[in-house]
Amino acid sequence: MGGLEKKKYQRGSATNYITRNKARKKLQLSLPDFRRLCILKGIYPHEPRHKKKVNKGSTAARTFYLLKDIKFLLHEPIVNKFREYKIFVRKLRKAYGKSEWGTAERLKDNKPTYKLDHIVKERYPTFVDALRDLDDALSMCFLFSTFPRTGKCHVQTIQLCRRLAVEFLNYVIASRSLRKVFLSIKGIYYQAEVLGQPITWITPYAFAHDHPTDVDYRVMATFTEFYTTLLGFVNFRLYHSLNLHYPPKIDGQAEVEVKPAEGKEYAMDSESYLEKLSALSASLARVVAPTQEDDVEMDEFPVEGETAEQMDARRKEQEALEKHKKLFEGLRFFLNREVPREPLAFVIRCFGGQVSWDKSLCIGATYDVSDPSITHQIVDRPRVEQQVVGRYYLQPQWVFDSVNAKLCLPVADYFPGVLLPPHLSPFVTEQEGDYIPPEKLKLLAMQRGEDPGEETEEEEEEEEEEEEDDNDKDEEEEEEDESEKEEEIKLKKMEEQKAQSNKALPVKVTAGKVRLEDKQRLEQEQQSEEKRLAIMMMKKREKYLYKKIMFGKKRKIREANKLAAKRKAHDTALKEEKKKTKKARRA
Amino acid sequence: MEQPLELESDDDLTDSEESVYSGLEDSGSDSTNSSAAEEEEEEEDEGEQEEPSNGAAPKVKGAPRKSKALGADPPLKDSEGLSVPDEYEEDSSDEEDIRNTVGNIPMEWYQDFPHIGYDLEGKRIYKPIRNKDELDKFLEKMENPDYWRTVQDKMTGADIKLTDEQVDLVHRLQKGQFGDVHFNPYEPAIDFFTHEVMIHPVTNRPADKRSFIPSLIEKEKVSKLVHAIKMGWIKPRKPKEDTPTYYDLWAHEDPNSILGRHKMHVPAPKMKLPGHEESYNPPPEYLLSEEEKLAWEQQEPAERRLNFVPQQYRCLRAVPGYPRFIHERFERCLDLYLCPRQRKMRVNVDPEDLIPKLPKPRDLQPFPTTQALVYRGHSSLVRCLSVSPSGQWLASGSDDGTVRFWEVCTARCMKTLPVGGVVKSIAWNPNPTICLVAVCVEQSVLLVNPCLGDKLLYGATDQVLESYVPPEEERVQPVQWVTATSEEHSRGIRLTVQHSKALKQVTWHGKGDYFATVVADNSNMQVLIHQTSKRWSQNPFRKSKGLVQCVLFHPIRPYFFVATQRYVRVYNLLKQELTKKLMANCKWVSSMAIHPAGTDGGAGTVPKVMCGVHPVMDVPFPPPGDNVICGSYDSKLAWFDLDLSTRPYQLLRHHRKALRSVAFHKHYPLFASGSDDGTVIVCHGMVYNDLLQNPLLVPVKVLKGHTLTMDLGVLDVVFHPTQPWVFSSGADGTVRLYT
Repeated sequence: MGGLEKKKYQRGSATNYITRNKARKKLQLSLPDFRRLCILKGIYPHEPRHKKKVNKGSTAARTFYLLKDIKFLLHEPIVNKFREYKIFVRKLRKAYGKSEWGTAERLKDNKPTYKLDHIVKERYPTFVDALRDLDDALSMCFLFSTFPRTGKCHVQTIQLCRRLAVEFLNYVIASRSLRKVFLSIKGIYYQAEVLGQPITWITPYAFAHDHPTDVDYRVMATFTEFYTTLLGFVNFRLYHSLNLHYPPKIDGQAEVEVKPAEGKEYAMDSESYLEKLSALSASLARVVAPTQEDDVEMDEFPVEGETAEQMDARRKEQEALEKHKKLFEGLRFFLNREVPREPLAFVIRCFGGQVSWDKSLCIGATYDVSDPSITHQIVDRPRVEQQVVGRYYLQPQWVFDSVNAKLCLPVADYFPGVLLPPHLSPFVTEQEGDYIPPEKLKLLAMQRGEDPGEETEEEEEEEEEEEEDDNDKDEEEEEEDESEKEEEIKLKKMEEQKAQSNKALPVKVTAGKVRLEDKQRLEQEQQSEEKRLAIMMMKKREKYLYKKIMFGKKRKIREANKLAAKRKAHDTALKEEKKKTKKARRA
Repeated sequence: MEQPLELESDDDLTDSEESVYSGLEDSGSDSTNSSAAEEEEEEEDEGEQEEPSNGAAPKVKGAPRKSKALGADPPLKDSEGLSVPDEYEEDSSDEEDIRNTVGNIPMEWYQDFPHIGYDLEGKRIYKPIRNKDELDKFLEKMENPDYWRTVQDKMTGADIKLTDEQVDLVHRLQKGQFGDVHFNPYEPAIDFFTHEVMIHPVTNRPADKRSFIPSLIEKEKVSKLVHAIKMGWIKPRKPKEDTPTYYDLWAHEDPNSILGRHKMHVPAPKMKLPGHEESYNPPPEYLLSEEEKLAWEQQEPAERRLNFVPQQYRCLRAVPGYPRFIHERFERCLDLYLCPRQRKMRVNVDPEDLIPKLPKPRDLQPFPTTQALVYRGHSSLVRCLSVSPSGQWLASGSDDGTVRFWEVCTARCMKTLPVGGVVKSIAWNPNPTICLVAVCVEQSVLLVNPCLGDKLLYGATDQVLESYVPPEEERVQPVQWVTATSEEHSRGIRLTVQHSKALKQVTWHGKGDYFATVVADNSNMQVLIHQTSKRWSQNPFRKSKGLVQCVLFHPIRPYFFVATQRYVRVYNLLKQELTKKLMANCKWVSSMAIHPAGTDGGAGTVPKVMCGVHPVMDVPFPPPGDNVICGSYDSKLAWFDLDLSTRPYQLLRHHRKALRSVAFHKHYPLFASGSDDGTVIVCHGMVYNDLLQNPLLVPVKVLKGHTLTMDLGVLDVVFHPTQPWVFSSGADGTVRLYT
């Protein structure tokens, strides 16, 4: 036979992958450096399709990187920077060891730094790519901006994160691109739509973290390093897309308002600037002053292959969106000091509302509690002592629920001290067969323009009342005279006897009906049997797949049924309790 | 104690004195010995000086000598003289009270003793007698105007009245002032070195020489630095970069800049969006009940469907911080950079599409659908069944030691034949002209004439059997042929073939003359072929190929099928060779059946004629015996198409438990399998004449009826020879007919 014999594992998929240790050796990096490089460059292990082949016959658990990825890392300029930094640290340590302070100073002056701009550009060749991957970046920046300024990570990082986060919030306000908000037990989820891309991020509640010990902050810091760079560039671009200044400037007239009235220095200039910005109450300055002509209606170009109906639907959607954006337009809110200021101010401002708070709470308050033009005051305490006429006192959930429902919900359910209706997740879109909580059904009906919620409630109440009345009457009757009851029993017995005799007579009629049902059932049975027999003939692999799918479906149904049953039990229990309390009240 | 003090004062006073003296002084300040030594020295000096003088003016010599000695003395004397008054002036606290000699110790140590220390003579100093009680103390406090300035001396235990000065001192110290009244802590500071340039130097010291000469050390340092700069070891400070941190990075979006690497890129899946259960105020049905919560806690953290317990808070103010927030972000980070990614196609299949499209059973009729008759009578499990070739009679053998003959249509037991042992197998002679049943009982095969049906027929059978003429010379046979006794004859038994070991199965050749038996033994004598007309038997195999499960004759050709545990071997009886070996792909074959191809069983045809001829052209049905089914104890049914391969064409896993028997219908394209799960599954097995078309197998009916007893269900399945009916015998002692 001609040619050299090919050895095993020297071609095919085995040559496309490389294990982590080998990759590290090839790059001549230590493990932490390799980790940093992977994080910054976005290199991740791949799961080979045939793991055993790639693993050269062994089944040991190994992580594999694509060989191409690693080769691509070989030419990364940052690798050299890592090496330089290592040398720098060594020199510095030496200088300190020899107490050569001058050398140490000189070395510190020339501390090697690196920039991640090119990596951002490389990982996200287009701006939309970057937007798609913004979720984690935002969540991380929001988390880091809540860290204490001591320990854990550099103060500069925290400050930068805070700045970038606030800038992004201001952009969302300016562009009115917030769509959904969700108060979960983990934190607050926001979803904004930026250039058609949904961006979801989570912010923790404003409490001090008890920092866990089993978390490697170096990994998180490396991620944050990249994310801050990314977010900075994204912010820059976003601000410029709205003709806003970057770094953001507070609008001239707004600035005057924001300035504390006493004229005292509030804080250092740089700090107060960020704080004013993070107050989220002032609009931002534009590069070009906005003119009325900007609102020229867009010409519509019909897309080919689109029917009139589709176009109509699209237009309607557009209108709904515009309406949603102006949800709180014209409303003036006042936040009490016990409600979380930042999320509420952000959400309200995103939908065009005006918002203020107590002057002593935070900088940037624009009007006072006593302002008569306030329409809604957000309160989170059991009751309000001094109520001003002409404004609603509401719990904060109203704001969030209204945003998610895309309409201002009826306020009655959200008064202070009232048991709140459940807060539903706006991220759930129920498909057919899923369990839909009754509150959601009500909401959907309301969105469709119907107003069945209250009616049904009233009806229910009426029914309840009627039932109660009946019960009461019955009881009364029972109490009043038992002789009637006996008569009733007699009558009932008579009726029963009659019914029985009736049943005995028309045999044919019932028989006919039964047969009809039987036919249907027989048909069904036959069909199900056919199906069973066909399933018996399935191939092993297909049968496995089929069983898996059916198992999943059945589980889904089971879960939905379970939820429904739970709800029913809960509702009946609630009703009973209501009745009891009502009775008690009546008694 | 006194000496060191004295010496110190000496040092202070005699600054200018030379060290010689101080050394002298140290060696002997007040010892007489040293002065004596001095005197000796002096004397020696005298001696030395005397020699040169030789008695000249001794007084003169003496005078300077004396003066010398005196000259040395006076400073010493002076110092002593000076220090003497000092000794009394110094007022150390140690010497203040010399009555008590205990020293500077905590006086608490003497608390429990009557004395308080020792005086100079070593005698105890007793504590002053204090017999004042509280009342006395009070009275004293009231009456004594100096009570407030009376203090107890710890050393002596005596009361001391403080003087005015002492009281003042205490007051000053209490206020944090200096003890000395005259000390002024705030004296005006005098700046010796001010910022103002003075015309006179502060010191009069002349400038050093080194301030005029360039420093060598510095020169060396500078040259080192210069060298380092030249060599590039020291780099100049980098200029500050003035480019902005953030700029429009995507100003020139170049679609070509998308690297090839991006094709391999698997973007990380986004975080799962929260559902209703994560809300701070979820609908009540999403909250976990107590049991669910317990179950959640007992689950492994990785197995939990929710990584949190849903909770309800009355208002937003009551919501606490989430303790695992940082953890979750960290886990996300780990997932992003550590978790291997793979692009997986989500199977988006409608499960209905997976079900194969089979012809509807309704279109494949006739087949047995309902249970028509139950034949009751056996008291134990019915192991075997056999139907007469006419289809009128049914014979069943049971563990209760009887063989029963039933009329098929009426379910009437026509005859009960006690055989005195477990009936393992029963087979009706397939030749319709002979009325004979072979019954396997323990070690013998009974050939029974049931005497049912046409009297001519069974009479003829008896005649045939009686017409046997034994050959002249006895051949050596593996078995014994015994004609029945008259008593047995009256019961119907005609012949007994006695084997040496227990039997397992008996099966007839299609022609009805030959039959084969299987012995439950692992030797080469497992399979025997017997000829009824000549009453002789032979062993076809020289070697055992494993435990034989069952054997079958090919319906028309001279082939013989032998099923061992895993293989089915097909032998050509004429050529006496192995034709084929079928791999059953199962662990343990239990039963076997051959496709009869719809003709009338080939009972009339002669194997010899058929051998070597391929009757494809004139037979409308496919050649019989090309399809074999095998049931196995691992609940599989293998369909072999001998034309295709020696492996199963299809493996059917319809039953849930071991298969006990399989059967083909003689005319209809049906086959049935009975299993331990108590069901009989009837399948449509169409074999086409066209060799290119594979057989079509469709299960058409699952027949239930037998109850499970001792984990056994259906033990035997037999089709009716002409009708689409199937008989099944079960462990519950019944035989059932499905039509």
